[in-house]
Amino acid sequence: MSTATIQRRPLVKKILDGADNNLLVVAGLGSANWDITAAGDRPLNMPLWGAMGGTVPMGLGLAIAQPSKRVLVITGDGDMLMSLGSLATVAAQAPDNLAICVLDNEKFGETGNQATHTSPRNNGPTDSGAGADLSLIARGCGIADTGTVRDQADVATLVTDLRTKKGPVFRLVKVTVEKLEFVMPPQDGAHLKDRFRAALLGSP
Amino acid sequence: MNDWRDDIFQVFQDHDIRQVYHVPDAGHSRLIEACQKSNSIRTLALTTEEEGIPLAAGAWLGGQRSVLLMQSSGVGNTINLMGLTKTLRFPFLTLITMRGEQGEFNSWQYPMGQGTPKVLEAMGVLVTAVDKAEDVKTTVDHAARSAFNGGQAVAVLLRQKLIGIKNFGKK
Repeated sequence: MSTATIQRRPLVKKILDGADNNLLVVAGLGSANWDITAAGDRPLNMPLWGAMGGTVPMGLGLAIAQPSKRVLVITGDGDMLMSLGSLATVAAQAPDNLAICVLDNEKFGETGNQATHTSPRNNGPTDSGAGADLSLIARGCGIADTGTVRDQADVATLVTDLRTKKGPVFRLVKVTVEKLEFVMPPQDGAHLKDRFRAALLGSP
Repeated sequence: MNDWRDDIFQVFQDHDIRQVYHVPDAGHSRLIEACQKSNSIRTLALTTEEEGIPLAAGAWLGGQRSVLLMQSSGVGNTINLMGLTKTLRFPFLTLITMRGEQGEFNSWQYPMGQGTPKVLEAMGVLVTAVDKAEDVKTTVDHAARSAFNGGQAVAVLLRQKLIGIKNFGKK
């Protein structure tokens, strides 16, 4: 059993509180998409409905193109596990405006809460993972500023780090397994891209 | 006449390419080095070609044009995320050095080399090929126009005949 106590929805709402035109958000498919949308859909959110493993690279391409804006990637452990190498690519580029927040519930939420590799070993026949530590992996890939948040008391610092600290910043947050309402943004990818570019650049 | 790799670099300049993604590649090495030395182009080495598709999408979201350089053997790594070009409808350009064509020495290169145009077309990518040095500049320029003016996903196959067949020191 995970011992996490932090709930993802109120956490993401705090992370995105007061988001203005200087904050560009890319969210991974599934729960992270619904989380940022529950906090308030906005044109400068790029919520992914697919493209698993593409969230961190998309944030990196955006961060390089827009060095004066803050780029925040919010995604889950399953998506992050599918693109571990991209953490090394981030480290090699060292964008000082990029922060990555992984909400780790140790489950593949969209397919029925099967264990991911971040679940503990020896956790029963159907719920065992590898105990993989994504924060250690990020550190090992060369991202110097990494950390894990487990306690509510550390959330205020987490929000400050994700919003303002010199990047690249990587934070792993252990969150509870919950059944939550699907709060969905527009699904059409071309529309999401066009409204993002219109808000950022003035034309799609 | 210019080296065709320098012609490609000139096309990148003409089309204001700002990000270039690559994995190490002998066929593209001269072009990659030119990009690395350029002040206007940010060059990103990838751990897998797959990263190049969402990187290009992110660059476009932020208002920059990019190109993914890869080998035919890397194309298979990109296929699921290649769907982003259709879902988001963003301009995408990739230049692919071919292996596994007629004359290839290494049997392991044939499956993905022969499959490359088919899988790209299956994902809705426009595929064009060039095998003569004098045609490279025009072909890549037209591909860039289709991508960045016409909003298409475009792949240019740089044929093994153009690059030269790797012989591992054997004759």
